Amino acid sequence: MTATAPSGPGGSGTDVRLAGISKRYGAFTAVHPLDLTVPAGSFFALLGASGCGKTTTLRMIAGLETPTTGSVVLAGRDVTALPPYKRPVNTVFQSYALFPHLDIHENVAFGLRRRGVKSVRKQVGEMLDLVQLGDLARRRPHELSGGQQQRVAVARALINHPQVLLLDEPLGALDLKLRRQMQLELKRIQTEVGITFVHVTHDQEEAMTMADTVAVMNAGRVEQLGAPADLYETPRTTFVANFLGTSNLITADVLDASGDDLVLRAADGKLALPAARCQVPARAGDKILVGIRPEKIALTHADDAETVPDGRNRVRGRISSASFIGVSTQYLVDAPVATGTAGLSVYAQNVERDPRLVPGAEVLLHWNPGHGFGLDAAQRIEAGTDVDLGEAPS
Amino acid sequence: MTTAAPAPAPVRETAPARSRSARRVPYRLLLPGILWLLLFFVAPLVYQASTSVQTGSLEDGFRVTWHFATYWDALSTYWPQFLRSIGYAAVATALCLLLGYPLAYLIAFRAGRWRTLLMVLVIAPFFTSFLIRTLAWKTILSDGGPVVGALDSLHVLGLTDALGVTEGHRLLATPLAVVCGLTYNFLPFMILPLYTSLERIDGRLHEAAGDLYAGPLTTFRRVTFPLSMPGVVAGTLLTFIPAAGDYINAELLGSPDQKMIGNVVQSQFLRVLDYPTAAALSFLLMAVILGMVTVYLRRAGTEDVV
Repeated sequence: MTATAPSGPGGSGTDVRLAGISKRYGAFTAVHPLDLTVPAGSFFALLGASGCGKTTTLRMIAGLETPTTGSVVLAGRDVTALPPYKRPVNTVFQSYALFPHLDIHENVAFGLRRRGVKSVRKQVGEMLDLVQLGDLARRRPHELSGGQQQRVAVARALINHPQVLLLDEPLGALDLKLRRQMQLELKRIQTEVGITFVHVTHDQEEAMTMADTVAVMNAGRVEQLGAPADLYETPRTTFVANFLGTSNLITADVLDASGDDLVLRAADGKLALPAARCQVPARAGDKILVGIRPEKIALTHADDAETVPDGRNRVRGRISSASFIGVSTQYLVDAPVATGTAGLSVYAQNVERDPRLVPGAEVLLHWNPGHGFGLDAAQRIEAGTDVDLGEAPS
Repeated sequence: MTTAAPAPAPVRETAPARSRSARRVPYRLLLPGILWLLLFFVAPLVYQASTSVQTGSLEDGFRVTWHFATYWDALSTYWPQFLRSIGYAAVATALCLLLGYPLAYLIAFRAGRWRTLLMVLVIAPFFTSFLIRTLAWKTILSDGGPVVGALDSLHVLGLTDALGVTEGHRLLATPLAVVCGLTYNFLPFMILPLYTSLERIDGRLHEAAGDLYAGPLTTFRRVTFPLSMPGVVAGTLLTFIPAAGDYINAELLGSPDQKMIGNVVQSQFLRVLDYPTAAALSFLLMAVILGMVTVYLRRAGTEDVV
């Protein structure tokens, strides 16, 4: 490890354990009792719409909010009763909260000075080099761009070798391009210093790009927790299916649940779904929701229907709109199975474009049954599509 | 294209004309204020300046004789009053800061929904005339009054007598009364700028300081107080400058032993009718205050103030 990488007592990162933690404001419950373990050294994302309780959860770890119930345990030590300034965690605030009266060097040195470190010059220099701001040490925060301020905020927190670094929507104020760049930067820093990162965001792409583990929160509860790919491929609720990317959800009746594959009827056609990919125990006669991601569906013009291989789920429909966006074309297809929704979404890579696939064309949609997922039909089918993503652009 | 070609020409002609008149707008807006200042500030100032170097008497009339010795005479005669004015004003300013800062802090950060009410209460004394309020203090601090009785039975007056700020177990006609009057009268001028600068501080900076291992006291010392400096500087100036030139408090609450420079100027002008000395004293006071303020702003750092 290089000299710039913090390697103090907490340098390797520790695990965070939340046990039955909850927060109520009067009659409003911001966070329902929550059990969560963030493994040491991992990049953990709390993902959700504004008001879902993700920031409150983060602030309870930081000590900026007092939990109504439950406890916060860092590396086996219960820190619930400790004020923020006695916790071995540091926060990168949403608006950075840099001290306007101090220059960049003093902002970064703040934490060290408070802990009585005498010579801070070398450490601050190294930390500013890590975030590539070495030559701006004597500037004031207001003289820096948003991206630079963001990196100062990261440096100011990291220099203390926290056991856990908390990031509260740190990229929310940046424009899209800079955000993508900072995502890679933060990921690089995390890999380099090995500290446990807990990152709060409403941007599902950001969460999936950066985090090893994502907890999707909704209305004060964790809906699902897992690796980004698992969440995306196998959502367990309609909220996760819709909030993380886009999903086509089809209401279907179970005809036969005896084999490895469930046999389902949707509208007038039959669909198959591996029983293992269904989140609810399905018996013949039950209703379930079959989900399929837009990019997993292939489009074939109805005239070429016989070229579709056997063993794929097939659905008939008519293209209602097509938007060309460069790498792919996004189609909206009216289909009898798409009940109550605007239609089925299909993303086709622009490899070989069929000129007949224009609005009005009769098409066959088909996909590998193993790419589908089954959800409990008792949920709101549109949960997670109409959420408020907050004031920041996404 | 051929028909469009002549079109830009008139546009090019009118645009600068419009911007010329637009450029004049700020000056036109400044005009009333400048005239006002010329008439009621610059003209009297020039008149006073000329008065200060005149000699003569009321009977024979005053003439400009460039008699600068008036300044020296005024200073050598009235330096005790100068020193006293600055001393009283400094103590009153310090007391205002000590009383006003916690109050402004409380209103800015802790008052919640009571904030507006508390601000109204801070400003409320202005609804009554300065003179009447000071006369009220005269009654409150009077020898047979409740304050003297209470403080005397608590033996506080014995202590203040020993310290030399009161005399003979009374409050009126003592330095304490004058300083208290000054403090009371100028306290809102301290609180308002303090509140404004404290209220502007982003609460997340306090959280950030806490997150970076600063306890409440350190957070105040390293973050809140430095960020409130513009308010401290503005408040101390707004308190110190008028307090140094004040004469009402010393007149009503003090005795001849507590005369401030304002009282001297007032009596030279209105009783002794020695206009040159009065004018010279006024200019000396102005110079002293300007000098002190300049040094103070240099030390306190004007960068964030203006």
